[in-house]
Amino acid sequence: MTTRLSRALPGLRAGLFGTRANTLVTLATLLLLWQIVPPLLRWSVLDATFAGEANACTRAGACWAFVTAKLRFIVFAFYPPDLQWRPLLVILLLCAILSASALPRFWGRSLILAWPLTILACWLLMQGAFTATPIPSNQWGGLPVTLFVWALCFAAATPIAVLLALARRSTLGGLRTFAVLYIELMRGTPMVAILYVAMLILPMALPDGLSIDKMLRAIIMVTLFWAAYIAEVIRAGLQAVPNGQTEAATALGLGYWRIQGLVILPQAFRIVIPGIVNLAIGFLLATSLLAVIGIFDLLNAARASAADPQWLGFYNEAYIVVAVIYFVICFGASRYSQWLERRLGNSGAAPV
Amino acid sequence: MEHFRNSGRNAPVADRRVFQIALSGPPRPSMAEKFRTWWGGWPWGQLALLAVFAALGVLFISNVLENMARIGILPGFAFLSSSANFEIGESPIAFRAGDTYLRALLAGLLNTLKVSLLGCLLATILGVAVGVAGLSRNLLLSRFVRWFIEITRNTPLLLQLFFWMALAKALPAPRQASGLFDAVFLTNRGVYIPSLSFVGGPFGIAAALGTAAVGTLFLIIVLRAIGKLTRRSGMVVAGLSVAAPFAYLLLAGAQPALDLPALSGFNIRGGLNLSPEFAALLTGLVVKFAALIAEIVRAGIQSVGKGQWEAARALGLHDGQIIRLVVMPQALRVITPLTTSSYLDLTKDSSLAVAIGFPDLVSIVNTTANTTGQSMEALIILIGAFLTINLALSALMNIYNNRVALKGSRR
Repeated sequence: MTTRLSRALPGLRAGLFGTRANTLVTLATLLLLWQIVPPLLRWSVLDATFAGEANACTRAGACWAFVTAKLRFIVFAFYPPDLQWRPLLVILLLCAILSASALPRFWGRSLILAWPLTILACWLLMQGAFTATPIPSNQWGGLPVTLFVWALCFAAATPIAVLLALARRSTLGGLRTFAVLYIELMRGTPMVAILYVAMLILPMALPDGLSIDKMLRAIIMVTLFWAAYIAEVIRAGLQAVPNGQTEAATALGLGYWRIQGLVILPQAFRIVIPGIVNLAIGFLLATSLLAVIGIFDLLNAARASAADPQWLGFYNEAYIVVAVIYFVICFGASRYSQWLERRLGNSGAAPV
Repeated sequence: MEHFRNSGRNAPVADRRVFQIALSGPPRPSMAEKFRTWWGGWPWGQLALLAVFAALGVLFISNVLENMARIGILPGFAFLSSSANFEIGESPIAFRAGDTYLRALLAGLLNTLKVSLLGCLLATILGVAVGVAGLSRNLLLSRFVRWFIEITRNTPLLLQLFFWMALAKALPAPRQASGLFDAVFLTNRGVYIPSLSFVGGPFGIAAALGTAAVGTLFLIIVLRAIGKLTRRSGMVVAGLSVAAPFAYLLLAGAQPALDLPALSGFNIRGGLNLSPEFAALLTGLVVKFAALIAEIVRAGIQSVGKGQWEAARALGLHDGQIIRLVVMPQALRVITPLTTSSYLDLTKDSSLAVAIGFPDLVSIVNTTANTTGQSMEALIILIGAFLTINLALSALMNIYNNRVALKGSRR
């Protein structure tokens, strides 16, 4: 330990006080940190209240008692309390399939089959199948909604995205033009506008007698919206697969779909997986926009928890809980993406 | 070629065709032929698929129209000229309840443009600064920047906006606010900054700046057209077009007045007031996108190989020159296209304003849809506006990208 420390110290000293300019930068940064860290520490630890009721909390410090009391609401929102094992199971199921998808060892046909089955199971669990009273989607909320909408939309958007990317790269003029227009239209529109379409236009556009609830409408539109983004990433992968692959497969007598399915797409996917992971992180952050149309996702549930008359106004504490949850997932995912990039790069998966 | 064609004119029909095929290459494809090649294989299948999409679209639209008719709303854009009975919190153009919906939407659009343009500008400045700071050899600074970037990147923008909004509301009341250098006041009624104005002139400062911008652009285009555009002539032209409107203002008897905000009674008067919503939205967008741009800048600078630095040092250039002449031109090739898409994302994400109560285009469109019931038209306007802004912005950035791109790789 001491040897490691003594070896690190000269590097540290050079890094902090190596030259006169460097010393100045260190002092300036310390001054900046002095403005930020002590007040933050005072608020979050020294003046904070860790247990007790709302009236025990002071405005000077954080009220972590609020988090202890309302964490369950932030995570599950208005879901009936005695049935909350269902959304908990949904979270666990989604975590399991995501972990399996993260390991290259499991990549294969069975995983592709497992995804729709998991989503279906989650859907059944959430809506309270096999119980006397089904649970309408306006009672769903919190982390399970965020994760479920994200996983479902992403899984449903990927096949559409593959078709769009293939159409955009194909020699079929009509379909190519359609794909280009569709992708550019979606990518030029803010997600909030898409959610408004789901909320205001979609109910009017459906034929009489067919009405679907807000959650499903949002899911449909978000799926169509994300498909355009995923399509562009996949297209980049398709472009990176050399032409010789198509030519060789054609020479072997394969038809279009077999060439794409057996030869081109597997290679293209391998190339763009880090890109898709980054996109997935962005999408997870974007699910917070569901709050704009009144769906109780994680962020909206946290806001609602601070509107409880008993615990009124502890918004900062609620936001910090949400920020920590998002940060843990997204930071982990971005580290995973970097690891994967190195691994795929090392195994020589990207053909040249 | 002409000669052979002429000689073929009097030949029998069959021979003429022979001549054409033999001597002027294959016959020019007709329009129909061109279209058929473009349309490609599987012609009827494509047509059928597109017809299905079109039929779905027609079905949806006819359903919408039917539903509108049932609740007694006339489809169309006539509602734009009827009067809107709501107030708009803030607007670059004067708006009162009772003005037309068109004016309300225009106010929203201008608010969106204002926050997007300012956001892009400030995010670029802060992003470049943070990106360069992150590359610093100082361990403390680079570690600090790293954490700033990771936290900002990995939490939702909407959450950050809520945070900034809560912070803006938690600022002290104007009476208790302490000014920074007595010029900037952070209060719960907004941020007050000094403003520069011209009193008694024929036009205001905004018009002068607008003239300067248009003048610079115009003169640079002219210089470019006559092939006289150099760094120096560009600077001279820009300086002249900025100086001219202000010189005219001063000659016309305008007095420049620096308006400092100051406490008077319960409120702060003078200066420029940025509302809490605007300040929170702008801060949120700038901080989030500065972190993204910082990452892009870092990647761009790191993409320039070490050998470039070493070679430039061997030539005797000092650090400033190396960055300006060697590193930046190469890094910009990586940075520009990525920054462009950041700008587009920033513009689109400015629509989150609706969640914190800033009257941007989305928020006005939402109000319009709710008060008139013309939700389809309102959303068509919204999507059309964003598409136009996006296309214009990416066209502008493409021009710039072509200037910095590797000359051989221009497409």
